[in-house]
Amino acid sequence: MEWLSKFPQMNDTSLTAFKKAVDEGFRGFTRAYGDAIEGFFSPLQYVLIRSEQFMTSTPWPIIVLLIAGIGWLASRSWKVALSCVAILMIIGYFGMWDDTMRTISMIFVCTVLSIVIGLPIGIVISRSDRLQNVVNPVLDVMQTMPTFVYLIPVVMLLGIGRVPGLIAVVIYALPPIIRLTNLGIRLVDKDVLEAADAFGSSHWQKLKNVQLPLALPTIMAGINQTIMMALAMVVIASMIGVQGLGQPVLKAIANQYFTLGIFNGLAIVGIAVIFDRVSQAYGRRLQKHREVVHG
Amino acid sequence: MAEHRGTEFGIEIRDLYKIFGGHGETCVGLVKQGMSKAELLRGHNSVLALKDINIKMPAGGIQVIMGLSGSGKSTLIRHINRLIEPTAGEVLVYGEDVVKMSPRALREFRRHQTAMVFQKFALLPHRTVLDNTVYGLELRGVPRKEQVAQAMRWIERVGLKGFEQRYPNQLSGGMQQRVGLARALANDAPILLMDEAFSALDPLIRVDMQSVLLDLQKEIKKTIVFITHDLDEALRLGDRIAILRDGEIIQQGTSQDIVLRPADDYIASFVKEVNRGRVIQIDAVMRPAGSEAPRTGLTIPAGTTLDLAARVLAEAKASELSVVDASGRLVGHASLDRIIAAIVTPGLDMSAAGLPEPKAVRAIA
Repeated sequence: MEWLSKFPQMNDTSLTAFKKAVDEGFRGFTRAYGDAIEGFFSPLQYVLIRSEQFMTSTPWPIIVLLIAGIGWLASRSWKVALSCVAILMIIGYFGMWDDTMRTISMIFVCTVLSIVIGLPIGIVISRSDRLQNVVNPVLDVMQTMPTFVYLIPVVMLLGIGRVPGLIAVVIYALPPIIRLTNLGIRLVDKDVLEAADAFGSSHWQKLKNVQLPLALPTIMAGINQTIMMALAMVVIASMIGVQGLGQPVLKAIANQYFTLGIFNGLAIVGIAVIFDRVSQAYGRRLQKHREVVHG
Repeated sequence: MAEHRGTEFGIEIRDLYKIFGGHGETCVGLVKQGMSKAELLRGHNSVLALKDINIKMPAGGIQVIMGLSGSGKSTLIRHINRLIEPTAGEVLVYGEDVVKMSPRALREFRRHQTAMVFQKFALLPHRTVLDNTVYGLELRGVPRKEQVAQAMRWIERVGLKGFEQRYPNQLSGGMQQRVGLARALANDAPILLMDEAFSALDPLIRVDMQSVLLDLQKEIKKTIVFITHDLDEALRLGDRIAILRDGEIIQQGTSQDIVLRPADDYIASFVKEVNRGRVIQIDAVMRPAGSEAPRTGLTIPAGTTLDLAARVLAEAKASELSVVDASGRLVGHASLDRIIAAIVTPGLDMSAAGLPEPKAVRAIA
C-alpha cells in the first residue's frame, strides 16, 4: 500500500532536470537580452534619479510648502494641508527626512507609472468581455503571488537597484487601478451612454465626455488603492536596494532595533495618511455634483 | 429646415421587422409565413419585437406612437436613429435609408438630423445645465461662443434662465426634463425623437410640459416622434397617432379617428377612459350646412372641441350654434343635445345608477 501513503510525484531526477532546464533557459535569456532590457528601462532610471534628487536636494521648507500646497489644492481644506505639514515636521524632527523624501519620490514615480500603464489597460478591457476574462486571472496572479517570488526574475534580469525595485512595486500596485477603471467604465449609466450615441458621439468623444468622467470616482478609488499597495511594498523593495524608509526597517529586523523599526514604520504610516487623505479628498471633490440638493 | 428636399413625409418606415435573439433572417421568413410571437419564442427562443411596421410621418407634425409597456414602442423609435438595428425593413428619413448608412454617415446623421429626449432624462451628471445643453453642438464642432449663445436661447425658452450653472442633481424631475428638451432643441435638428419624455413626471408637471412642447412646436415646426403609454397625452399632442400592440400597429389616424372609430375592442377599451369632450371636435357632430337652416347668431370655428362648444352654448343659454371654417364660411350646425350625446361615454350602464335605459340618446360613433 505504499502508493497510498506516498504521493505519485515526478521522479526526482526528472524533476531536478526540469527545474534546471527552466533555470538554464532563463539564465540564457538574461545573458542574451539583459543588456537590451536594461537599456529599455534606462529612461526610468533617469526619471527615478532626477525625482529623488529633486526631493532630497530641495530645501526642506520648500518641500513642506509644496506638499501642503498640493494637499490644499486637492482637498480645498486647511485641515488636510496643516495635517500634511505636521506629519512632515514630526518625521523630519526624528531624523528621517532624507529617507522619507526618497520613499515619497519612489511612490510618486510608481503611482504615475501605474496610472500610465493601468488606465489604458482598464479602458481596453472594459470594452471586451473576452479580454477581461484573459486579463483578470493575470491580475489575480499578480496580486496573490508572494512578492518575494517575483523579485527573483527581476533581480536576475536587472540586478539590484532602483529600477528592479520600481518594477516589482508596479507589478504589485497595478491590479487595483486596472480593475477599478474597468469596473468604473462598465458601471456607467446605460441611459447616458445611449444619449451620447443618439447625439452622434464617436468612440473617443464617448470615452472623454461620458465614460471617464462618470467612472472617475471609481478610478480615483483605484489610484488610492494603488498608492497604498505601493507603500506596502516599500520594505520588500528595500531588500533589492531601493533606498528610503524600508532600509532602516530591514536593518531593525536584522538587528532587533525596536525603536528604529517603530520610528520608520510610523513614518511610512504618516506618508500613507498624507497620500490617502489628499487623494480621497480630491476624489470627493470631483463628485461634488452628485450631492443631491433637490429632494 | 422642416421642408427638407420637399418630401411630403419626414419619416417613412417600410416593412420593418425586429427580432431579438439571433437567426433574424430565418425568423422574419417564418413570421411572414404566419408564425405567431408565442410560437417563435417557444420554437426558436427569439422575441418578435416589431412586426410589419409601416408608418408615414408627415414632416413638421407630431406623430405619436402609443402602446403599453412591452408593445415595442421604445424599440420602434430607436430604429429611426438606428440605436437599434432592424432585422428587416427600411427607415427612410427625408428619402434616405438610415439602415444603409455607414457608421460614419450614421454619426453625421445623428449629429445633424435628429435629436432625442429620454424618459430618464439621461443628462450628464458632471456637467452643468449649460454644458449639458451645448452637448450636441459640441459634438458637431460648433465654436464654443456660438454653442453658448444657442444654448442660452433655449434654456431661456424652456424656462430655466438663472439655472445655467446648476447641476442636474440640484433640479427637480420636471426641470431636468426641460434641460433634456433644451439639449435636444439646441441641436436644431429637423427631427425630434421623444421617448416617453414626460412619463416620469408628476401629472401636473406632465401637462405643463405638454403645453411647453405644443407651444414650441408652433414656432419650430419640427418632425416630432413622440412615444407614450398615455392615451390622453397621445390625443393631446398627436397630429397623427399610431397604436402599437405586441409589436404590431393596430390603428393609425388622427385623434378623431381613434376616439370616434376605434379599430378594435382593445382600443375601444382605452378610448372609454378618455375625456371625450376635450378630444372630439365639433366637426364630428355637426350637421353639414345645407340650405335648410340659416346661420344662427352663435358661431364657432371648425375644429373646436365639444367641451368648448358646450361652454359657449351654456354661457349664451342657447341650444344651437353654427360652425364656420377658417375663411368664415358656414360649414354646419350643431345642437346642444347632440354635443352632450357625443361627450357621454358610449356603453354606459344606466341601470347601475337606477336609471331607465334611454331611447333618445344615440351614440355618435
